[in-house]
Amino acid sequence: MAGSILGNRVLRKEDPKFLTTGGVYVDDLNSEPLLVGALHATFVRSTVAHANITSIDVSDALESPGVVAIYTAADLGLEPVAATFNPMAKRTLLASGKVRYVGEPIAVVLTEFANQGEDAAEKVIVDYDTLEVLIDIEQAMTSTTHIFEECGSNVVFDSTAIGMPDNTGDEMFADCEVVVKGRFVNQRVAPCPLEVRASAAAWDNDGRLTQWMSTQHAQGARDTIQTANGLDAEKIRVITPDVGGGFGAKIAAYPEELVLGAVAKKAGKPVRWLETRSESMTALGHGRAQIQYVTIGGTKAGKVTAYQMHVLQDSGAWVDIGAILAPFMTRPMASGVYDIPKIEVRTTSVATNTTPVVAYRGAGRPEATAAIERAMDMFAAEIGKDAAEVRRVNLIPKFLEPHSTTIGQTYDVGDYEESLNRVLAAADYTKLRAEQAARRASGSVKQLGIGVSVYVEITAGNSSGESAKIEITQDGRAVVFTGTSPHGQGHVTSWAMIASDQTGIPMDKIDVVWGDTDLVPKGGGTMGSRSLQQGGVAVHVAAGELVEQARKHAARLLEANEEDVVFDKESASFHVTGTPAVAKSWADLSIALASDGGLIQETDYVSQGATFPFGAHVSVVEVDTETGQVKMLRHVACDDAGKVLNPLLLEGQIHGGIAQGAAQALLEEVRYDGDGNPITSNFADYAFISAAELPSFEVIHMETPTPRNALGAKGIGESGTIGSTPAVQSAVIDALAHLGVRHIDMPTTAERVWSEIQKQKVKGN
Amino acid sequence: MIPAQFDLKRASSAAEAISLIGEYGDEAKLLAGGHSLIPLMKLRLAQPSMLIDIGRITDLSYIKDAGNHISIGALTRHMDVEKSDIVKQHVPLLAHAASHVGDAQVRHRGTIGGSLAHADSASDLPATTLALGATYVVQGPNGQREIAAKDFYKGFLESALAPDEMLVEIRVPKTLGGWSFQKFNRRAQDWAIVGVAAWRNGKDSGVALVNMGSTPILATSVSAALASGASIAEAAELAAAEAEPQSDLNASSEYRTHLAKVLVRRALEESTK
Repeated sequence: MAGSILGNRVLRKEDPKFLTTGGVYVDDLNSEPLLVGALHATFVRSTVAHANITSIDVSDALESPGVVAIYTAADLGLEPVAATFNPMAKRTLLASGKVRYVGEPIAVVLTEFANQGEDAAEKVIVDYDTLEVLIDIEQAMTSTTHIFEECGSNVVFDSTAIGMPDNTGDEMFADCEVVVKGRFVNQRVAPCPLEVRASAAAWDNDGRLTQWMSTQHAQGARDTIQTANGLDAEKIRVITPDVGGGFGAKIAAYPEELVLGAVAKKAGKPVRWLETRSESMTALGHGRAQIQYVTIGGTKAGKVTAYQMHVLQDSGAWVDIGAILAPFMTRPMASGVYDIPKIEVRTTSVATNTTPVVAYRGAGRPEATAAIERAMDMFAAEIGKDAAEVRRVNLIPKFLEPHSTTIGQTYDVGDYEESLNRVLAAADYTKLRAEQAARRASGSVKQLGIGVSVYVEITAGNSSGESAKIEITQDGRAVVFTGTSPHGQGHVTSWAMIASDQTGIPMDKIDVVWGDTDLVPKGGGTMGSRSLQQGGVAVHVAAGELVEQARKHAARLLEANEEDVVFDKESASFHVTGTPAVAKSWADLSIALASDGGLIQETDYVSQGATFPFGAHVSVVEVDTETGQVKMLRHVACDDAGKVLNPLLLEGQIHGGIAQGAAQALLEEVRYDGDGNPITSNFADYAFISAAELPSFEVIHMETPTPRNALGAKGIGESGTIGSTPAVQSAVIDALAHLGVRHIDMPTTAERVWSEIQKQKVKGN
Repeated sequence: MIPAQFDLKRASSAAEAISLIGEYGDEAKLLAGGHSLIPLMKLRLAQPSMLIDIGRITDLSYIKDAGNHISIGALTRHMDVEKSDIVKQHVPLLAHAASHVGDAQVRHRGTIGGSLAHADSASDLPATTLALGATYVVQGPNGQREIAAKDFYKGFLESALAPDEMLVEIRVPKTLGGWSFQKFNRRAQDWAIVGVAAWRNGKDSGVALVNMGSTPILATSVSAALASGASIAEAAELAAAEAEPQSDLNASSEYRTHLAKVLVRRALEESTK
């Protein structure tokens, strides 16, 4: 594509706003007419992890300054609703009868000013009859206390219950020369979007609800809010202003958002809600939270022949999407980039008295990758071979036609060995190993660790396509309507690049509209690394069709045959072959069509299936063997997301992904005390990573286009997280391999590392 | 979270501030840079009904060379301590420790007096000034008195300040010889899991520990051992002799004790170079 803008490092169109006046988030909607006189909602939340509610006394709280009303589930007439992924589990949007985790909303306080709510909420007295608290997944599996009694078990979802085969046990490894077992904790983490949740709800005189929300998917939220409020489809509008991050946790609407319409209706006034960080840390969904029992077997020469895993997925105190990521995301990706003849995976999702688990950047695939990569390292250590070389002999060879794995997942294209080769070369792996050997020989306090991971993941696996609409205004601008929903990714830039590439309209004359269900009724939102390969491709297709539609109109206006009309992208105008002086611009066409509904092209793009980005990461850490402290020295990443639209945006996604992945490996963990009280509910206690803990990342590009869409693009939103976590974790363990250390669970905190070194000393290593 | 409701009065002088805390008693807290008090109020662990803002008392922000010591006004911000040529020249340990407080935003707002008066054993400057043998000047309704740093810290967030007194000046002896500040934490902006402030000049030394008990801890056994000719390794083994480390989210007391020994050894090695 000579002269195309695609593939260039185009600066973000949205940045001048974010860097100067700043974004407009839900809480910034100060001049919205529908929200004039809005009351402020503050939720009264459970302070205990598991209990029957015996009474709720709001009388003192009603006297608190500024309080207008306080509603419980009973006041709002809330009926129990079933969990999507296990309809036997039920709850009311505001807890009634029972609370199941600290932070669960019980009542809502409405005040005149925002700062009055917390004082009043403190005065609502909830009496509890406490029940056995189940925080540990394995304890919950065997306990006779059931968090959802109607389920008859704390196991709320099991892969075998939906017909997936059970694991056969150790007999699968009977013919293996080497068998290694491991128990890995893929710990619970908090997504921590910098903008916490916020929403506002207002009813107009026609009984129509408008709700503003910080969400990744306005159309999905509209549908669930419509159901929650029992509305006809035309009686609901959801609007997404700027959104300050989501990471998967803002895909679905939460109880606070689903109940806000009913609250506003009962109060007879619009209502606004903004949670605090401490609330967000306990009531926004969490991610990961798996225990993985893994067995890997093969030959002494290094060929892996069998792999078996039982995943125990912590579902938290609801059956949200987190309960089904294990069977539908972790399981199919369990063997990753490796050609393993025998593989079995069972997943068991378990309710606990903790914050419900949802999707979080990678959503099931980082867990799969972490398990197989740890297993591969332990297998390599057992046979005394280099971790990178054992990987190499087990990789699926390069394929440009679809490849199906033993477990039944079909990948689009892959060249895993090339990504491994590139990353090892860029990291200078041989030299790193030599330096490691020298440090070991010298007995240095600061030991070097080198971690390698090779991964493949699945993107856009959960959706079948996306719609796009392009409208040409009478001044020749293009407005792109998209069903995706950017919250940091840069779609305004990307979609403008794609539309400009086809239409010749300069990027500064292209606007992008999303997240308002009146303006964009159809859309799949932004999640699962789907946006470019579905929403972007939809814009690409729509722009191509728009040019063809315009050519017809131009032919009519120029009184020529359509096939004689040339589209000149340089001048963004149409003319008859040989007479460029007489041309019709986009503005001309739009004006000419004004009475016929304007110049608009709408496209429903149907996807040809998921794509499978892959890559390899090398992480280098230094471990202080006296204190256990880990310092990340380097991180080299080779990620192949297919054809690259804008390397600047790609690198941004990779950088952020590596940071979040490294954070899980090194620092982050949501923790509870024995009574189920969260003890990491602010950024002082929860070790949200910062730039100071990270090196500059080294990013190596590799492009293997997918045949599954016209742009050749795969997703890149989550790859960085998937590749980096096991590389960083393995690097920490590798630094101590010579002491006999084979595994340390994440996060590899200094004390955990130090304790492991002490254990080896006791063993005499 | 949102703090409980409170009123605020702004004092334009130390005398006015002292008169106001006398008037409001236990209900009142002094607000300087706000970087210790406000977080506690947001968590509702502190709920003063009256804040007396002393942040605009400009004549308590200074750094002076006073001969054998330097004098630092209580409202001097961490960033000013960190960047001060006087502090860097005569008490480089203090300038360096100040550069490790929180992050840049915190250091631009937080004050040395606020940090010391808050008496948090996890903060860097109480232990640092303790190691340096500093003296704190406090002012009450009847004038000023001096309290040695070693007599100032009484318990968790408790100091020898009377309810109607405020810290107005910190006097830090000029140090000779080597020094070291070891801060062990998860993230750059975090409080120390364990920290060590140390200086050494021949047989004389000062070693104090951050976050090794309910108060900053002066490791007197270490200094005594060094004075009587013990090796650094031998002295460092005594690092936790005066400490009573807690177990918390970030470290067990056993691990803290181990860290204290390693970090004191490293601090003494660095101070002896």
